[in-house]
This record gives sequence, structure tokens and C-alpha cells, in this order.
Amino acid sequence: MRRALTFAAVTAAVAAFAWLLAGAGAERYLSPIELALSPGGERLYVVCEGSDELAVVDVKSGKVLRRVPVGRTPKGLALSPDAKFVYVANSWSDTVTEIDAQTLAVTRTLHSGFEPTSVLVDREGKTLYAANRIGGNISVIDLASGGEPKRLAAGRGASYLVGSPDGRFIYGTHIYPNPGPHRTPPQSEITVIDTGRQAVTDRWRMHNVAGVFHAAISADGRLGIASQLRPKNLIPLAHVAHGFVIGNSLTLFGPDVGDSVQVLIDEVERYFSLPFGVAIAPDKRAAYVSTSGSDSVTVLDLDKLLSILRRSGARERARLANDLSASVKFVAARIAVGSNPKGIALSSDGARLFVANRLDDTVSVIDTGARKVARTILLGGPAGVTPERRGERLFHTARFSFQGQFGCASCHIEGTLDGLAWDLEPDGFGIDVVDNRLIEDVSNTGPFKWNGANPDLETECGPRTEKYFFRSQSYSPEQLADLVSFLKSIPRRPNRFRRADGEPTAAQERGKAIYERTRRKDGTPIPEASQCPVCHSGPDYTNRQLTDVGTGKPTDRSPLFDVPQLTNIFLSAPYLHDGSAQSLEEIWTVFNPTDRHGVSNDLTKDELNDLIEYLKTL
Amino acid sequence: MRHALALLIVSSLWAAAPPMPRFRWQNFTTADGLPDNKVFSVAVDGERVWAGTDNGLALYEKGKWKVFRPQDGLAHRAVLYVAVDKRTRDVWIATMGGLSRYSAGRFDTYTQLNSGLSNDVVYGVAVQDDEVWTATAAGASRLNTRTGQWTLYNERNTPMYEIWTYAVSPGKDKVYYAVWGGGVLEYDVKNDRWKDYNDPDGETEIVLFKDQGLIHEITTSVSYVEKDKIVWVATYFGASRYDGRNWRNFLDQDSGLPSNFLNQVKAVDGNRAWFSTDKGLAYFDGRNWSVYRPSLETGRPEMLIRDQAGSVTRIDVPSAPAHHYVYGVDFQGDDIWVATAKGLSHGIAVKAE
Repeated sequence: MRRALTFAAVTAAVAAFAWLLAGAGAERYLSPIELALSPGGERLYVVCEGSDELAVVDVKSGKVLRRVPVGRTPKGLALSPDAKFVYVANSWSDTVTEIDAQTLAVTRTLHSGFEPTSVLVDREGKTLYAANRIGGNISVIDLASGGEPKRLAAGRGASYLVGSPDGRFIYGTHIYPNPGPHRTPPQSEITVIDTGRQAVTDRWRMHNVAGVFHAAISADGRLGIASQLRPKNLIPLAHVAHGFVIGNSLTLFGPDVGDSVQVLIDEVERYFSLPFGVAIAPDKRAAYVSTSGSDSVTVLDLDKLLSILRRSGARERARLANDLSASVKFVAARIAVGSNPKGIALSSDGARLFVANRLDDTVSVIDTGARKVARTILLGGPAGVTPERRGERLFHTARFSFQGQFGCASCHIEGTLDGLAWDLEPDGFGIDVVDNRLIEDVSNTGPFKWNGANPDLETECGPRTEKYFFRSQSYSPEQLADLVSFLKSIPRRPNRFRRADGEPTAAQERGKAIYERTRRKDGTPIPEASQCPVCHSGPDYTNRQLTDVGTGKPTDRSPLFDVPQLTNIFLSAPYLHDGSAQSLEEIWTVFNPTDRHGVSNDLTKDELNDLIEYLKTL
Repeated sequence: MRHALALLIVSSLWAAAPPMPRFRWQNFTTADGLPDNKVFSVAVDGERVWAGTDNGLALYEKGKWKVFRPQDGLAHRAVLYVAVDKRTRDVWIATMGGLSRYSAGRFDTYTQLNSGLSNDVVYGVAVQDDEVWTATAAGASRLNTRTGQWTLYNERNTPMYEIWTYAVSPGKDKVYYAVWGGGVLEYDVKNDRWKDYNDPDGETEIVLFKDQGLIHEITTSVSYVEKDKIVWVATYFGASRYDGRNWRNFLDQDSGLPSNFLNQVKAVDGNRAWFSTDKGLAYFDGRNWSVYRPSLETGRPEMLIRDQAGSVTRIDVPSAPAHHYVYGVDFQGDDIWVATAKGLSHGIAVKAE
């Protein structure tokens, strides 16, 4: 077993080396994703996830003062209450970098859970909270000791934190829905943390909601707004013309609205895809939402919106969740910004809104009075635009779909997945329901689609996307080539279950032996077709063939499915072609009664656990 | 107690008895909002009290009961044990159909099908830092809540010749399991090693050498006092206390235990413990014993106090726990909550006059 994880370790080492080379050689795009202003508004701190840096900008001059190297793929930041320190969440390093705001020196590296995506410091400056996306939990880090005394259970895909103005509560949102029964409406939650107790004290259910991004709380603490996606994945993707794919939406909560209410920011014939950053004006008269798939910021007239809600009864409020005609009554403006706008920050007087344009390495500064971009700050980075960068923009934009409803990134959120199963294809309603798959490091995993119908990414992303998804204009051949270049460049994130020294744990070692076994425990041979490494072979653990493992349903046109790659399989629940297995265990405990999906029924429970521990390392 | 040696029984003589905890008992039944009168477990979380019953989980908060059943997400209606994670306030619930976590209104359920849990019949659960230990009908399970990894312990990797684990009591250095028919198992956290403690007389119900070892193989509960390095054990045939070197056993004929049939022991510290028996709730302060119950003969509330010399004083008291068949207890400051076969009881501490 020294060799057990050798291949995986070597692969990871090669990837890390390539990453280092890339960092050392070619200049990387900055890809600013989040930003925050110093209390006086003279400095802007910008998290650059592409270059693994914190850019510090002098607001007055628009000059970048310093680019401070941090950990891998930073995703979020927070200032200490006294503004003496900046904390950056390094999502791929599972760390938080502490930076002295005066000297801009890195003072400490704190450890968090799996994939910290945002951080928040409590009002006393004693405790840092980190939302761990893969972990589905929130680290509670003691800033005095640097240790993590406890980790709170959040929801799946815990990603963004916002505090109440009085500091008593922290609200956490999640980019994936919580696990639930197969083919039921997605449910998410806002996780409420009482900072006094450092415990989760409430979970506000969000019905029919999958991905939730940022939330903001008004200065008086009476209104909260969260940006979110309302997917309609239970019905066939045949109603694009009716807007029945994904609602780009907000949840409003707090005393100003009573029971929480959802409103669409889309319009009848125009959509504003992937709402992400949220900010509320100090006087609570306006709110701002970056729509990262539509390259714009939506401005809400809160006086009008709250007035509508106050006048509406329960039935009318419920209807707002799907009412495409409502937004014209409370959307004050749509302001075009740069490419793929993500995090936003308001100046303390509410006069300027800063917007991180992730895919052109700029920050738009919006004059909120004039409701237009007053200036654009250039953060630096490569001057030219590579095919991969052009493809990344295509991946994140919604402009190719009918009326701009959605883009690739609406389901493959930030290049991952959405945790949902969809009824996608033109094969009849309710036929061939398919689980969304991870798209990291997929260049050598074709054919694509669960039925293996698309031999390459060009086919997968070209005519299929045009005809069946977007129902709109097609990519040009050049654009398609760019998009495929980007897809092939999406790296595989670090595996969280391999030990740092590369050695397997005892359970992983036992699990590998089970994975590779050729005989049942009674000594009888396992048919070759039922041996795990035969189908799940090669560097990506797929032989790229179609196989019947007995998981087909009456609603599937064929029981033959593409053998999925197993890399980072721990990330991608639910499992099987239709997402019917809620956990890795269920693949065998529920959906393999006759040993067609590998021989598992002679395994004891602890042996199955060992197998899963090994699979999580792939 | 009937088998006690020479007893001096005097009614209403408080002054003659050593000072022992006294309570005014407030009893809760289905009439008060409990989902069932058979209460298997009780767990206190500050001002909140959780009760695991034969027909659901109940939460007592601000004077009201709230009931959770499978339709609310609970793994099974029969709740056998409840444990509170004091750091996060999450509640772990052992049921006949899996393990549930209740966290701020959300249930997450772990079963042998959807997770690494060893078996759906979960008798006991306890939390130590980031690890949740369970006692199941097919061995022990440990869930690391940070990594999601399950580790199972059974006859294949421990001295557990009987896999019917019944209760667990973890500390930072040691974890103890009561194995029904298999004695006590000790897990050394640092060395990742298991050790078993068995009745030196075998499984017989005859005690040949009283303090030679564990009193009996059929253990139902353990309670580990980490600061004192003492483990208390309850069996169906008496109780034991182990200090890492010596065993001390307790039987009804030579202690204040009202019965040798014990459902639970819960330690206060290395010298003091509460015993849940089929014939009342007993407390041992290191020297003296007290028993709280409705009289087995008359049903009237009574309190028995047995001093170090073996003298027993029966005291008429105005109230008693709901029933003499006691499943378990938990503490709320000086108060005690008692799970019985016919209701949940709140013992409100009364200061001695």
C-alpha cells in the first residue's frame, strides 16, 4: 500500500508542480472575486482568486499599493473590528491568512475546515468564523490562540457569512441545497449563529432554493436580503421560453418583512443571471445586487419593494417568488459593469459602490446617485486575453441563452455543480433524469453525458447546448473552441482526504485492497466486469465506456451509462446517473442488491466503510 | 433492600439520618405533553431538557413540551438515549432506527444504509470534542464530525466477543463501553488500543470474590470520571467502581442499592454516583446511600437513607419520582431529572432544614 496512493500522490505532486510553474512563469489573471473597504474608505482590499493575492488599492488614486501573496484560491475576506488586520479565506489551502493592515505583512496562517470561502470576525475581535464550503460547516477560530475550538454544523456548501449590525448574530448561506429525498424540491437554509453562545440557534428554511450566495443586513438590522437561484429542475427543460429553468431571485427576511419572502429580479423577457453580491444602502432606500452572469448590477428601490410587501397578503407574497412581472415595480436600474461581477462593497456614506469584475481584473466604481459607473480601477494582470480566459467568460455569461436566462455557470456553480438532478434532454417528459456532474479536470474523460452520446467537449458544449439548453444563438466555432479550452483548463481541486505525507491511513489501505480485489471473501473469483478497477480505471478512474450496473430506472431509455470518473468523488453527492443515491454508502447499501455494480454484498459494514474511505482519496 | 442485613427503620426521623440530597418532585406524563410515559433517557442542556421516549423525542423549554417524531425528521419513534454536545448545543439522538442529530431545528439522520453507522439499533450515544461515539447492536461506531469519517469497532478489531454495546462514556484519554454480556471495554485514545474487563467469575450470577473484578458481564451503563480516573459500571447484577487498579462492587445486600438490576449509573465524581434501578433511584455519596421512589408496597412517596453503618431510615416525603422503574438521570445544577417507566420527573433540590 506504500504504492497504494502512489499514483494519486504523484498525480497530485505533478499538478502542484505544474501549478507552481504556472505561478512562477506565466503571469496569472487576478480574477478579483471579493472586496472590502477600510473604515475610512481610503483603501480597498481585493481578493484575487486567480493570482492567490490580496490586492490593496488606494481608492483616491486607483493605484494598486501592494499585492500580498496569500494561500491558494482565496475566496473571501474580512477586517478585524479595529481594522488592524485583514483576514483572507484561502479556499484550496484550508487556511486563513492574517495580514497586518498597516505593514501589509502576513502575520499568521490559521487553519480552518475544508474550503473556507468567507470569513467574519466578531465585534469583540476575539473570534473568527469561517464558512467551509466542502465541509458544510463553520469554523470557530479563537484569534488569541489561533486554534479552532469548535466547528458548527451548517448546511451543504456553506459559503457566505454576514453579521447583524449589533454583532449578536451571524447568518450563513450555502451554494448547494441541503440533501433531501430524490426528486423533491431543493431546500436551502440560512444558518443563524448566536455569537454570544458561539452556537447555531436557528435555521431558516429556504424552500425551492438551491444555490444561495451573499446576504446583506440593513444598518438598522431590520432587513436582510440574500441572493439565490430557484431552479426548476423537477420539470423538463422544455420551458425555457416561459422562464421555467432558473429564477434569479432574492430572499428578504427580518422584521421589516415578517415572514421571509422571495422575489425575482428577472423581468418577463429579460433575465439577470446569477445574483451574487448584495449591499444595502445605509438609509435603506436602495439595495444593490451584482448579477454575475449578466455583467450588471441591479438596483432595487427598497421603498417600493417594502411597500409592495406590506400591501401584499400571504398569497400575493408567495406568488412573487415566480412573478416575472413584479420586478419592474421595484427595480430602479440595471447598471452595466465589467465581466462577471462578483463581490460588491458600499462606501460608508453609500455614495459609491465598488464591484469586483472577476473576468477582466477590474473594479467598477459606481456613483450610486447617478447610477452609473464613475470610473474603473485596473488591478493589473496579463494584458492579453487567452483562449482559456475568453472561454471562461463564455462559461459564466448568460447572454447566449434565450433572453439571457442562464449560463453554464448557473448549474456548474463556480465550475463545480449544483447538487441537483435535472430532466434535461428532448426525450420526453420525465425520461432520463440526470445528476449534475463535477467538471473539474475532465479533458480526458469523454465521452460526455450520462448516456455517452457526446464523444467530445465540442459536441457536448456546441450543438447540444445550443439546441437543448439555451434555445438561442449558437457559439461561433471560435467561441466554442475557447469554451472548450477553458473547460479543459479547469483544474482538479486538492483532495482533502489524503494525508499530507502521502501515506494512506489504515482504513484507506484496507479500502484499496477491497477496491482492487479479484476474489470474493469466500475465495470465488469476481468476474472481471465486476471488479472495480476494470471500469473505474486509469488516471481518472473511468474506462470511458458505457456499462449497465443495474441502476437503470423504468424512465431511463437505456440501462447503459457512462462510467463516471471518481476523482474528488466525495464532492459530488448525490450519486448515480440520476442522483438517486444520497451518499456513497447508498450506492451499495440500496442500489446494488444483486452485485451488478461491483461485488459488495459479501462485505461487512466496516469493510464497506473502508472502501469508501479509499474512494474519498481518489 | 429486602435482603439488607440488620436494618433500623424509623419513620420521619430526619435528624437521625446523614444529610443527603432532598428533592421536591415534579412529575410529567402524557397529560402534561410528553409523547409517551415510558421515558428511556433524559438530557439537560442549560434550561432546556430533552426526553427520549418510546414514542418520540420531547423538549421541555419555557414550561412547555415540544414533541418531535419521525415525520419531523427523527430517525425512529423509539428514542433510547439523548446526548447534548455542550460546545455546539447540537443534540444527538440514539433510536431504534438510526442516529439523529438535531441542530437548531434541523434533523440529520445517519443509518446503516446512508452512512457508516454500524447498525440502526443505537442504544447509546455520547460526544467528546469532535467525535460522536455510539453504542449499537452491532458494535461501536465513532463519527468524526470534522472529517465525516466513521470508524467501527467490533469483534474483528477489539476484544469485543459480544457486539451488543449498550452504553458509552468517553473522555479525552479513555472511552468506556458497556457491552451487554461482554463486560466493559476501555479504549485508549492515545494508543488506539482496546482492553476488556470481565467478570472473573464468568457469566454466573454468583459472586465468588466480590471485589476481584467487574461484578457481572451483563453491563448496561458506564460513567467515566476523567478528572478522577474512575469508571462506574451498572449491570443487571450489581454495580462496580474501578480506579484503574482496584474494583469495588456494590450489591443490594451490602450497600444502599435498592436492587441489583441497574439500568444506568451516572457519576457526579469519583466518589459519588446516581444509580437508576428497577426499584428506585439511588444515590451514593461515598459513604451513605439514599433512595427515592414511590414505596414498592404502598406507592406512597418515600426516601430511604442508609448510613455507613448500614442503618436505614425510611422517611415519609411529600413527593417521589413518577415510578420506581428508573431508566436514567441527568443533572441541572442541584436539581435532577429522572427518566422512569411512567413519566419524567424533575427533582427540585430542597435545602436541608
